[in-house]
Amino acid sequence: MNSTSIITVVLLCIGVLFNLFGCIGLVRLPDVYNRLQSATKCVTLGTCSILLSLVVYFGFNDTGVKSLVAIPLLFFASTVGAHALARGAYYFGVKLGEGTVKDDYKEQVEIEEKKQQLHEIP
Amino acid sequence: MRYIALYIVLFGFWLLLTFSLATDNLIVGAVAALLITPYFGNYFVKDVGKWVQPHRYVWLVIYLFIFTWECIKANFDVAYRVLHPAMPIKPGIVKVKLNLKTDMARVMLANSITMTPGTISVDIVDDYIYIHWIYVSSVEPEIYSRKVAGRFEKYIKMIFE
Repeated sequence: MNSTSIITVVLLCIGVLFNLFGCIGLVRLPDVYNRLQSATKCVTLGTCSILLSLVVYFGFNDTGVKSLVAIPLLFFASTVGAHALARGAYYFGVKLGEGTVKDDYKEQVEIEEKKQQLHEIP
Repeated sequence: MRYIALYIVLFGFWLLLTFSLATDNLIVGAVAALLITPYFGNYFVKDVGKWVQPHRYVWLVIYLFIFTWECIKANFDVAYRVLHPAMPIKPGIVKVKLNLKTDMARVMLANSITMTPGTISVDIVDDYIYIHWIYVSSVEPEIYSRKVAGRFEKYIKMIFE
């Protein structure tokens, strides 16, 4: 077993472990917004680690560069997706879970909804 | 000028993705980039002059290192909260003032905040960014603004503005 395959296996294990943590968080945490936290962070870094292990395994050729290019795409996709899901859930009326200490967004959403109602009347 | 910059970026991306220099591959890439450029040239690049200033790339490299470190910290943070039997969470949505002006810089700041420990950016309205925080450690606006956004704001200001 040479050093390349050792690094590959270590990165793969880290990736799978963090994906597992993300999925446990998805089940255990109380509401939509907290679940999004674990879904974006752990799952993104876990998948990035798996892709990096592919880069180490294949080296700088066809497959390796493709997985390297996939890393920034995955970052942007997951962060923008988390923003869209959180905002959409709030506007749809999903309440923040129990134990929430602060909610500054509520006023803003109420202002927006009033504006929309004013536009709908005429 | 901005169309040419976008064309070069798109063509470079195609070459990275396919990773071969065969003639037919180059022709397909050139035609595809030519078709995409007129649609998105207006949105993507605002100021080409910023792309040729080398000090921005130096800050970008420094920023990438800090960002990676914060990202790894974020993962251990979430893993700790998830695996702890009592689940030490105290969630809430806070409102933080932005000091950045350009759209690109704001997008990058929002993305960075989503990847840092315990925070997700929910929305940007006017000059305020709304952030869902998994552990609201203080209710003073100055303190949490510095904790959430202060780490990245100065670097992003150097890179994009």
